[in-house]
Amino acid sequence: MTIILGIFLLTLLVIVAIGIVQAEDLFTGVMLTGIFSLLMAANFFVLDAADVALTEAAVGAGISTVLLLGGLALMPGRERRPRKMHWLALGVVTLTTMMVVYATFEKPRLGDPQAPVHQHVAPWYLEMTPELIDIPNVVTAVLGSFRGYDTLGEVIVVFTAGIGVLFLLGLPGAVGERRPEELAAGRSYLGHHLIPQVLGTLLIPFILLFALYVQFHGEYGPGGGFQAGAIFAAGMVLYSLIAGEREALMIITPRTLMILMAGGALLFGGVGVLTMLLGGGFLDYNVLAQNPVTGQQWGILIIELGVGLTVTGVLLAIYHAFAARGR
Amino acid sequence: MEILGLFNYWVFAVLLMVGFYAVIAKPNMIKKLLGLSIFQGAVFLLYITMDKVEGGTAPIIQSGVTDAIYSNPLPQVLILTAIVVGISTTALGLALVVRIYEAYGTVEEDETQRLDLEE
Amino acid sequence: MTDLLSWLLLLTGSGFVLTGGIGLLRMPTLYARLHAASLTDTLGTLLILLGIIVQAGFTLAAIKLIAIALFLLLTGPTASYALANAALLSGAVPKARLLDDL
Repeated sequence: MTIILGIFLLTLLVIVAIGIVQAEDLFTGVMLTGIFSLLMAANFFVLDAADVALTEAAVGAGISTVLLLGGLALMPGRERRPRKMHWLALGVVTLTTMMVVYATFEKPRLGDPQAPVHQHVAPWYLEMTPELIDIPNVVTAVLGSFRGYDTLGEVIVVFTAGIGVLFLLGLPGAVGERRPEELAAGRSYLGHHLIPQVLGTLLIPFILLFALYVQFHGEYGPGGGFQAGAIFAAGMVLYSLIAGEREALMIITPRTLMILMAGGALLFGGVGVLTMLLGGGFLDYNVLAQNPVTGQQWGILIIELGVGLTVTGVLLAIYHAFAARGR
Repeated sequence: MEILGLFNYWVFAVLLMVGFYAVIAKPNMIKKLLGLSIFQGAVFLLYITMDKVEGGTAPIIQSGVTDAIYSNPLPQVLILTAIVVGISTTALGLALVVRIYEAYGTVEEDETQRLDLEE
Repeated sequence: MTDLLSWLLLLTGSGFVLTGGIGLLRMPTLYARLHAASLTDTLGTLLILLGIIVQAGFTLAAIKLIAIALFLLLTGPTASYALANAALLSGAVPKARLLDDL
């Protein structure tokens, strides 16, 4: 039965994607991209990927929509009406689609337990996690410990994107002459209206609490650093929309944001160097405690914290870079 | 019944090409960015489709249940990092588009090329 | 018994959401569409969540579902308010008939 739900969601996905390409008003396109991400998250859940669904919903449907809208506010919102249809591109695209569809006939069917992807390393992970690391969520175990190098590289990529956006757009008060106090005073934002203000001040503490819960619960259920960072950033973006850019930047100052961004990545690398100093290899958590299993759990906890800090700092800094520009 | 088993892959092919068409055929730069994010979404769909095992559940080991079937955790780990990298790329691309708009006054690709040639 | 109750709640909730969807497509003006979509969506999702809570019994999952229902009850109408306010600020004026036209 769930396969019918999966097919229904996938068809909706294709319709929304064609709608995004056809939409002339870019605001409509951005909203449809948010819907696309949410449908994708539902699809991931139908396919048993709970962690990935949570991340896609938090990052794709939440933060990405806000960032795209923030960027869209700085430029004209309509696409110029295209003069002619791009026949060559359409031909190339149709040909490639047919080739890919022809290639998929060789693939194993959905859910086939004999597919090659389920044979070599994955059963080893599923067997060895209760023995070596002893946490219930296998995805966090693989992310944090078995494939820890990939996660370190990915944190550095997020950090690089953050400093890239700061190089291009700049934050008032981070470096340079503009200070947050020079921005237009708040209260002309959503806080001007009573209902969003009341709701926002009611909900923001719970959103931040939920972000902390997701951060530290990542070992027992779906969760972890990436999702927690995105939810924390979303809570602070809500506050910034209600109270105004100036108040938000005076509460979490640009200096704090830069310390968060760099501090998380430093924490992650620092754990690696610490394990080398204690005698193991780089990112070998066995040496962090007397019992190797406890050492693994400590290691995963600390690096997830590092990931959460960096993702929060980067997403918030990028949002403020867009929102404070041109004021 | 074969269609149902392969439907995910066909949707992947269609989404891939819809996103790719937006990148190569639309001159507006924000439309290209949106097409790129559709393209990335299609690739995520391919990987997560490969991880499902029939009759399995999410790979969270319940203590005390010894013979449950779990879906494959490995593609999920790869896609988890890929999603966050995707949004970082989109944000950086958007910052570049904002600066291009401030420098040229337009975000249509052919107009920026024309303005470049005129200088 | 619980199965019957939760079937009833789920079907009623889905019926409400479907009505909202049809109203969204068929209503003439922006404010009529907003009225159709927002009211039915809040009630529909609450009924669906109630149906799932009845299925879950008295476990931790039910407490989490109640928290989600509370969250949706608070934020659904606020989102509709923000949408209607944005529509008003951007110039879409609701068409109203003056009383002396009757």
